[in-house]
Amino acid sequence: MATADVTNRGALPNPDVGTYEEVNRDILKVLGRPGKGWWMLFGIAAAGVGLFLASWFWQISKGIGVSGLNAPVGWGVYITTFVFWVGIAHSGTLISAILFLFRAPWRQAIYRASEAMTVFAVMTAGLFPLIHVGRVWHAYWLIPYPNDRFLWPNFRSPLVWDVFAITTYFTVSAVFFYLGTIPDLAAARDHARGLRKRFYQVISLGWRGTDREWHHFSKAYIYLAALATPLVLSVHSVVSWDFAMAIVPGWHTTIFAPYFVAGAIFSGVALVITLAVPMRKFFGLEKYLTVKHFEAMAKLCMLTSAIVLYAYMTEYFLAWYSGEPPERGSFWNRVFGHYWWANWIMLTCNGLVPLMLWFRRVRRSISALFVISIFINIGMWFERYVIIVTSLSHEYEPWAWGLYRPSIVEMGILIGSFCWFGFWFLLFTRLLPPVAIAEMKEVVPPPMRGRETES
Amino acid sequence: MIGAKRRQGHSGFFALFEHLDSTIDACKALRKAGHKRFRAYAPLPEHHLLEEGLAKKHSPVRVFTLAGAMTGAATGFAFTTWTSLDWPLITGGKPLMSIPAYVVIAFECAILFGALSTVIGLFINAGLPNFRPMVAYHPACSDGSFGVYVTAPPAEAEAVKDLLSGFEPAELREDPEGFDV
Repeated sequence: MATADVTNRGALPNPDVGTYEEVNRDILKVLGRPGKGWWMLFGIAAAGVGLFLASWFWQISKGIGVSGLNAPVGWGVYITTFVFWVGIAHSGTLISAILFLFRAPWRQAIYRASEAMTVFAVMTAGLFPLIHVGRVWHAYWLIPYPNDRFLWPNFRSPLVWDVFAITTYFTVSAVFFYLGTIPDLAAARDHARGLRKRFYQVISLGWRGTDREWHHFSKAYIYLAALATPLVLSVHSVVSWDFAMAIVPGWHTTIFAPYFVAGAIFSGVALVITLAVPMRKFFGLEKYLTVKHFEAMAKLCMLTSAIVLYAYMTEYFLAWYSGEPPERGSFWNRVFGHYWWANWIMLTCNGLVPLMLWFRRVRRSISALFVISIFINIGMWFERYVIIVTSLSHEYEPWAWGLYRPSIVEMGILIGSFCWFGFWFLLFTRLLPPVAIAEMKEVVPPPMRGRETES
Repeated sequence: MIGAKRRQGHSGFFALFEHLDSTIDACKALRKAGHKRFRAYAPLPEHHLLEEGLAKKHSPVRVFTLAGAMTGAATGFAFTTWTSLDWPLITGGKPLMSIPAYVVIAFECAILFGALSTVIGLFINAGLPNFRPMVAYHPACSDGSFGVYVTAPPAEAEAVKDLLSGFEPAELREDPEGFDV
């Protein structure tokens, strides 16, 4: 009987949690009656969703002219925010799939929340092409289908690739998220009563935790992770090609795909920190989301921040080295032109502030990480703003240069999109177990009788 | 709701264990005694229980994943190629079939089809969704305990009962009628 190695699963045991029952108790209690704080936040989020819808309906009724979009800057806050949310969506699958394949011992406690974040972030991002097209009733034109003379769309266009990439990403990450929650929904079902029990009975699909279920489930989970891993890297690469395939100075460069992927992971992990800090506090999950977890995420931010900063420097260098006046002019304009402030916010928040993470004391201070993560989120939004708006405003011909100023409608939609995201995330924390119960048990030592029996 | 599947002439035994090693040992002993159709329950994907206790090997889900991903890649290529040949329209002097551009579509389709067929494979193999009545089940199995459910004809009932009690279950439930689970 080889029970000696049963405790050794290649993962760090969590010293703060003793038994399986404790995991169920601590995590399922979060699903209980929401407190005042939750209702307050939910109220704010719901009001923000109202602002979002009101702004959008205003734009639909009056036309896209109520936004600041015009020639030459035809892509503004909407596309910036689209890329921002797609980027946010990346860390969820990074943490759930890539770190799963690498057997990173710290992912268990954090991955459910970050996967939920991924799904809601893609849901938010997916709205922006619909908002951006203006006439939303024509948005189905995005779907590749032939026109009435049977001419199909041009599959060489990166915008068509984007439709494929985003819909695939949404479908796969939603499936991956839901599949992972099924065993935990069964635990919630066995714990709940009344109407809630009915709800969990249906959405847990009658999961019983039999050997047959677990056997195929754990294999399917590995295969899904293996499929999701290249998908993560591909989606933001495709988004970056929306830009890089165009000949706009400041966009047309081969470093865009890795640069965007690193930036996406950077911003995504930062948002996981931003969300995990209050979650940990309000729901009393200190035992599960420990300083060790935050330090690991901080290290991920440190690495990706270095990659992003390196990409910024490479862009400047290549602009100078190309000898092309429009290219050089575009980057000069970024740093010293009309939008200099956006560029400097980006450099400060993404390059300078994260340098503090090189100190171990900062990495281990939850409040410091919370503040830094907010800086990173702001910086990463501005990164996309800088790339999109300053490049379009300063293309080749000086007489075609122009400025863009976001309108109040665009601001309403921008703020509203954060509330829309928060709305879903708050619902998630009350309806689905926010920490993966079954996977947390893998880092808790299993209950052993410890006695040799006949074998 | 669909009824539970009865196993005629068998009685069922549900043993609830508090310890992982007892569960593994009980499963091994059951297999040794020639029982093939019994179920183990666990609150987590416990690999020692699956591999050591129940000698589980490969799962056919991987065939679904591979078939789905290959179908997706083929579909993506076929679709883009067919649409460009259906109405030949040369733009910018580029080849009609722009393979590098179509790789992106084929790749995304491969992932999408692969993931969806993995889920279908899981559902078929694991028998999900399963909305039959939860007969042979104990709610503690999603909490902190393990379980073993075995059915036996009357002649073997006593032997099974003795075998399971040997591993000191926290609870041993006997149903006069056994179920297929």
